[in-house]
Amino acid sequence: MRYALYLGCTIPGRVLNYEISARRVAEGLGIELVDIGDFACCGFPVKAVNRHAALLMAARNLILAEENGLNICTLCSACTGMLTEANRELRENTDLALRLNQGIMESTGRRYHGRVEVKHFARVLYEDIGLGRIKERIVVDLSELNLAPHYGCHYLKPSDMYHHIEDPENPESLDQLIEVTGAHSIHYEGENQCCGGGILAMDEETALAMTKGKLDHIKAAHGDAMVLICPFCDIMYEFNQRRIERAFTTEFKLPVLFYPQILGLAMGIPPEELGLHLNRVKTRHLMERVFPSEERSSK
Amino acid sequence: MIKSNQLDPDFKSEISKEPGGEHLKRCFSCGTCTAGCPVRDITEKYNPRKIIRMAILGLRDEVLSSDFIWLCSSCYSCYERCPQDVRIPELMNAIKNIAVREGYLPGAYRTQVDLLWDHGRLLEISDFENEERQRHGLPPIYEKVEGVRRILKVTGVDKLRGSRENSREE
Repeated sequence: MRYALYLGCTIPGRVLNYEISARRVAEGLGIELVDIGDFACCGFPVKAVNRHAALLMAARNLILAEENGLNICTLCSACTGMLTEANRELRENTDLALRLNQGIMESTGRRYHGRVEVKHFARVLYEDIGLGRIKERIVVDLSELNLAPHYGCHYLKPSDMYHHIEDPENPESLDQLIEVTGAHSIHYEGENQCCGGGILAMDEETALAMTKGKLDHIKAAHGDAMVLICPFCDIMYEFNQRRIERAFTTEFKLPVLFYPQILGLAMGIPPEELGLHLNRVKTRHLMERVFPSEERSSK
Repeated sequence: MIKSNQLDPDFKSEISKEPGGEHLKRCFSCGTCTAGCPVRDITEKYNPRKIIRMAILGLRDEVLSSDFIWLCSSCYSCYERCPQDVRIPELMNAIKNIAVREGYLPGAYRTQVDLLWDHGRLLEISDFENEERQRHGLPPIYEKVEGVRRILKVTGVDKLRGSRENSREE
């Protein structure tokens, strides 16, 4: 199983724990992730400015994957959405597709043949590896942990773009991926709510209030940690958690983990190989519950 | 007070022709979008139902020059729930694209255009980041600006560059 690994903008400079853990877990499960040096931004940041430019930027990355004969595995949900959107537009027989193809030719001198599939890493785990095979690899007991899944928006929506692969009002894949590790996936109010990241640059006060709402609900539901699959959601829930605590004079100290970190722990991969030391909200108390005697015990 | 002689009756057609705005005229103002909007839940500054109503009425200048069109967080909750399939986040995006052509571009977005032009990506990867990556056993990232610049040129987005004084938010 081979994929071109698409990191996007946020992960490789800011959110190394996600990248480290995803690569490590992929290696452990036999997923080969190939780095393509020419990948650049997916285009999402300019969609609001000029959608055509955004689609061309996405197409440029699709072409690079196609030329390497690989499908794309993404870690960021916004990148997943943008690349999927461009892929869909380019495969349709419309005037827009025609104009896009002209734009691609003009700006890259290349053609896109529509052969690339774009898949989020969580979906690669869920669909390609499957819960059964993941379960066989679980060696560490995480049943002490009550984890709050946060799907984020662009992993699921717009659902017609993703061919209705999952009901966005009642998603299950991340819950099941958490449960298969032995940890408990908890339910909480406003589970499907947006992190607010999309308007952080435009209206910080409103964006952070959106983020806080979710942290409040997870606290009320006694979640031990939050589980994410998108780096921008992490910017909101983890990077900005202290800021929110100060602004609203409250305290969360809620660890925020990426799903591959949780899966990796359950697979018996040492925490330091999963970038847990890089998590901004410290995970020491969480780890003490997984490894009570300070030593790594496997069942 | 809305004065009918200040309305632009063609605005709804202009939006409908913009990719993403095709379904504007389907809206029957039920407010499902607004009732479930997580931004509207926090602030009254953003009200998708009202914005759509204003667009259909033809309040062109007021809509295009507004701050509120930039407050959709693109969460797609309304997209999923709209009984008329208005595809509101795509509609808001179409309105934003028109607004940009009319000269309304928020500083935060201009900064993003600058960053994409300079680095081919939203966050710079300098030697510092690559040393950090190497320390954690990760391969280096080299900025590929040429391909991105050609796209920004072909689409005219390069002309929107150049507001360094804007403080960078992220």
